[in-house]
Amino acid sequence: MKKLLLLGDEAIAQAALDAGLSGMYAYPGTPSTEIMEFIQSSKDASDRNVHRQWSSNEKTAMEAALGMCYAGKRAMVAMKHVGLNVAADSFINSAITGVNGGLIIVSADDPSMHSSQNEQDSRFYGRFAFVPCFEPSNQQEAYNMVFDAFEVSEKYKLPVLLRITTRLAHSRASINQKATIPEKILSLPDDPMQFVLLPAIARKKFKVLLSLYESLRYENRISKYNNFKDGRKRELGIITCGIAYNYLLENLGESLNDFPVLKISAYPFPKDLIKDITGRCKEILILEEGAPVIEEAIRGILDEGIKVFGRLDGTVPRDGELNPAIVAKAIGLPVSYGQDVPSLVKMRPPSFCNGCGHIDMFNSLIEAVKPYGQGHVFSDIGCYTLAALPPYSAINSCVDMGASVTMAIGASDAGLFPSIAVIGDSTFTHSGMTGLLDAVVKNSLVTIIISDNSTTGMTGGQKSQATGRLEQICEGIGVSREHIKVIVPLRKNHTENVGILKEEFEYKGVSVIIASRECIQTAAKRKRSENSNE
Amino acid sequence: MMKNDIILSGVGGQGILSIAATIGLAAIANDLFLKQSEVHGMSQRGGDVQSHLRLSDKPVSSDLIPYGKADLIISVEPMESLRYLPWLSGNGWLVTNSNPFINIPDYPPLDEILKEIKKIKNHIIIDADEIAKQSGSARSGNMVILGAASPFIEMPYESLENAVIKLFGRKGDQIIEANLKALKAGREYSK
Ligand SMILES: Cc1ncc(C[n+]2csc(CCOP(=O)(O)OP(=O)(O)O)c2C)c(N)n1
Ligand code: SF4
Repeated sequence: MKKLLLLGDEAIAQAALDAGLSGMYAYPGTPSTEIMEFIQSSKDASDRNVHRQWSSNEKTAMEAALGMCYAGKRAMVAMKHVGLNVAADSFINSAITGVNGGLIIVSADDPSMHSSQNEQDSRFYGRFAFVPCFEPSNQQEAYNMVFDAFEVSEKYKLPVLLRITTRLAHSRASINQKATIPEKILSLPDDPMQFVLLPAIARKKFKVLLSLYESLRYENRISKYNNFKDGRKRELGIITCGIAYNYLLENLGESLNDFPVLKISAYPFPKDLIKDITGRCKEILILEEGAPVIEEAIRGILDEGIKVFGRLDGTVPRDGELNPAIVAKAIGLPVSYGQDVPSLVKMRPPSFCNGCGHIDMFNSLIEAVKPYGQGHVFSDIGCYTLAALPPYSAINSCVDMGASVTMAIGASDAGLFPSIAVIGDSTFTHSGMTGLLDAVVKNSLVTIIISDNSTTGMTGGQKSQATGRLEQICEGIGVSREHIKVIVPLRKNHTENVGILKEEFEYKGVSVIIASRECIQTAAKRKRSENSNE
Repeated sequence: MMKNDIILSGVGGQGILSIAATIGLAAIANDLFLKQSEVHGMSQRGGDVQSHLRLSDKPVSSDLIPYGKADLIISVEPMESLRYLPWLSGNGWLVTNSNPFINIPDYPPLDEILKEIKKIKNHIIIDADEIAKQSGSARSGNMVILGAASPFIEMPYESLENAVIKLFGRKGDQIIEANLKALKAGREYSK
């Protein structure tokens, strides 16, 4: 079999292709983006015509994947952890409908928030929905788990969650490739009512789901990823989840064998495993990359059982990503250290690219809003969020995709005037359009600025669903034609653009200003590929 | 036991991942185990970026290098080379480009940065931009730096050359030649 050097994300994508994937669905989001990108650049996927187009958001991606597996084929949907909030309605309900072809939901968590608004742990969602959840500790395991996850999904007719974290997603390792499985053929569910969640049907199906969850504990394709290994020491036993195992091994090396260790990489797991380790040891250390999910369960509300060390008692920091030093400290080993960073080294935060169109848009906005004072600009998530930092300090919010539009509506309802939203084109088609409809229906006094750079810039320049459609969308939603203004954010247009902004702020109704200029990175990439095609 | 723990550093957009990819390909050809952790997403845009690259003849467990255990820092920017000193081991080498990338208002004076670098026991400071120009390809500065670091990477030099050929294969003979020349020039400088 071939050996490949792949990112964790790419290993998952390669495994899905090798396991007979027919459809990949996703909306970009760090650290999950490279799963779809790998499939889009795969020759195999293009020869087989595997579905590999971006979706408008995680919910539409999740539902389309569910549709593909309704038709009997294997589908995968990938998103960053907060994307699962957006897809949560369909995700939770898909556990009750169940699946026909295999379905894997990849949720990429970002502990330490390298590029996210929070560090929620997707394992909670697995338990919440009562679906199996795999948590690979390394890239090869991630590759292998995809095969098992599809099998489990089809055997139990359940969607399966694959939870990864940034470190695994964005770290490269060599992978042994397995023999490939052909794609499934089109076949409808045996029960034509399987996907019809009328209350009477859902009640029955939920009972089935609950009992199924218990039997999953003893499913071999899940339990083989959970291993208890005894060791001679009796003072301390160690439980690791997912990638935490690597840091333990890094620190202990051969002497890992001295400790009883329970390595958990798939859920739900048999209670016996916990008994095995708690029965032998006086004290337990729990290492989890993410929230203290297992730790809370073992402690229970009373926390009067076995002595437990972990994130809840401060042995491990309560938040943030693990690393070798944190784990060394937790097991009482000395922490090595090089030299301090010399004090002359300065912070180098990310910043707008030189010549970015968002800069010119914000320069005009800052001038136009000045007479009204601080606090009028709601914004959203994307490259343009960098305007929160000096020298711009131009925006007052960044909460979740689409919230700029709706928060501007609410603030205007409260009497704030003017109430302004700044949103990117991809974020607008992800979750801004429905908010705009609310504004139109009640004629809110809001000005929505769509900073349209014809791409999803923040995540590396993926195709934006909005490109070329924004004016029609806004008009279709019901914004009056006279108040849809298209401007080109360039320095030479500054005075004119300030004038247009000021005028629309004063308009007593919904106006949309589309500030349109291609992202310079995307433009450069486009020119490179045009040249190489010539 | 063979173990090379390498930190690559620079500024988003400077292309440190081409160095990582070259070493990675060579490591696979040498049947070594490797893990290489990269920074993607937000921090790419003109912010500081780093990559942890771990090579060994035994399986590598942690994706991250522990503090004080790096054998080598390869930096395409001088100030960035200093940001990772907590990882550098006492006997480790620091190989850095001398050309600053200034995109922040409070960038320190270059001579003070170089003074700090010279305090490190094992260091090599190389004007990669100038040497790249002399080798006929101003854009191959990263290969000059990799060449300068190559004596401290425990792999046959030819395997790095083969990796360059593989990596730039699609871009034509001229580009391959320029990069090989840059790699060699960097290596000559260190030796
Ligand atoms: C629910 C959710 N999905 C995905 C992301 C990741 N993400 C952050 S910004 C962004 C897109 C930004 O594109 P756009 O709105 O066009 O702005 P640009 O970055 O191009 O300026 C994405 C996909 C997220 N933060 N939340
Ligand atoms: S990537 Fe594009 S949108 Fe983002 S800062 Fe750079 S030019 Fe602007």
